[in-house]
Amino acid sequence: MTPSTAPHVPPAPGARPATRVVLPYHLRALAQVGGEVVVTGSTQREVVDALEARYPALRGTIRDPVTGRRRAFVRVFACREDLSHDSPDDPLPEPVLRGQEPLLVVGAMAGG
Amino acid sequence: MAGVRVLVGTRKGAFVLTSDERRRDWQVAGPFFAGWEVYHLKGSPADPDRIWASQSGGWFGQVVQRSDDGGRTWAPVGNDFTYDGVPGTHQWYDGTPHPWEFARVWHLEPSLTDPDTVYAGVEDAALFRSTDGGGSWTELSGLRTHGSGPHWQPGAGGMCLHTILLHPTDASRIFTAISAAGAFRSDDGGASWAAINKGLQSEGIPDPDAEVGHCVHNLAMHPSRPDTLFMQKHWDVMRSDDAGGSWHEVSGDLPTDFGFPIDVHAHEPDTVYVVPITSDSVHVPPDGRLRVYRSRTGGGEWEPLTRGLPQEHCYVNVLRDAMAVDRLDDCGVYVGTTGGQVYCSPDGGDSWAAVVRDLPAVLSVEVQTLA
Repeated sequence: MTPSTAPHVPPAPGARPATRVVLPYHLRALAQVGGEVVVTGSTQREVVDALEARYPALRGTIRDPVTGRRRAFVRVFACREDLSHDSPDDPLPEPVLRGQEPLLVVGAMAGG
Repeated sequence: MAGVRVLVGTRKGAFVLTSDERRRDWQVAGPFFAGWEVYHLKGSPADPDRIWASQSGGWFGQVVQRSDDGGRTWAPVGNDFTYDGVPGTHQWYDGTPHPWEFARVWHLEPSLTDPDTVYAGVEDAALFRSTDGGGSWTELSGLRTHGSGPHWQPGAGGMCLHTILLHPTDASRIFTAISAAGAFRSDDGGASWAAINKGLQSEGIPDPDAEVGHCVHNLAMHPSRPDTLFMQKHWDVMRSDDAGGSWHEVSGDLPTDFGFPIDVHAHEPDTVYVVPITSDSVHVPPDGRLRVYRSRTGGGEWEPLTRGLPQEHCYVNVLRDAMAVDRLDDCGVYVGTTGGQVYCSPDGGDSWAAVVRDLPAVLSVEVQTLA
């Protein structure tokens, strides 16, 4: 899959926004993408749904396939805020929805 | 020209080592899946170009990879290991009930005849099977729902199903082993299971006839004599001549009978290999000397194999899936260590040489014998 790094285009009224997502190294390798990807979604759940649909290799890597919960060592940041403990159905921050800021999926610092 | 392909799983990726039949000059490819734990890789006997790999990690969970070109390129396949029904509980370390939770795939065992069929032994202990090339996985839940299941308890490494032996001619017979529950056999293709632990004695289990609770570390079988099984238990090397119906100890004159791997010579069903480790508290070779022990009598009498192996200041371990044999005329034996060495003996154990010395800690070694 070619990485989607096209300039951001604001969504039409009523449409789901195209959200810029930065994946961590190991997930970029699994999905065979580089840099940012752009998927449609206005909440964390919608974004992960879209990521898993476009990149099946990511299924089960960001959230547990059985419980649907975010994996313990996966964190989500945007606009210098930790969104990891927000509800997956909360709207993403406005700068993310407007394409001004990316959603960062991060592997937590742990281990050695 | 005949040769071998050695599949090495490590704490930080997978490696593929290849050589011709002399097994002196090696090509090293990898790391594949760098940075991930690769608990196990194994090639399909029905299609040697098809290789399976279990890739996992604490951050992003479980991935299963498949190669269809002998390990040169890989692609992820299905990784949904959902237990059948409501999983229920097993015992936790403190004896309290603990829900069954999938953690990782410890062992992948390809079908002997169908390249699209592969079995997966997982933690928390269960057996899964894919019949569509890894696209989807179905639990053979008769094992986990064995009546003893609620009493199974994890060993120090987790409650893992780490050994799967497929009968060479009878597809209905499968053996598995679980730490720390014991060994199990199915005679109906995995639908139902019986515990096969009669004769095992484990320190700390008050009932000497306990059906489960034994920390079996590994099982081995020679395809020409599939009713004879060898077992490296936590302590004790054991043998069964009735497909696990009963076991007797064959530790004999080993310096210690604690260890992890066990394997059988490709052409001599009574030649068995183990790697004695000091104790359950000290997981290093006795006296700082790495010695593989060989019995040519089906156990009981053992000889140390030392030529080419480090005989001083060696404090590595050889984990349960990190020993393998090839099927060349002069049977090769391979061990991988937690120090990152993979040793090969091209002469059945008489002499050894390091193929690689500085890999990450080795979790598993398998070998394919190529025509």
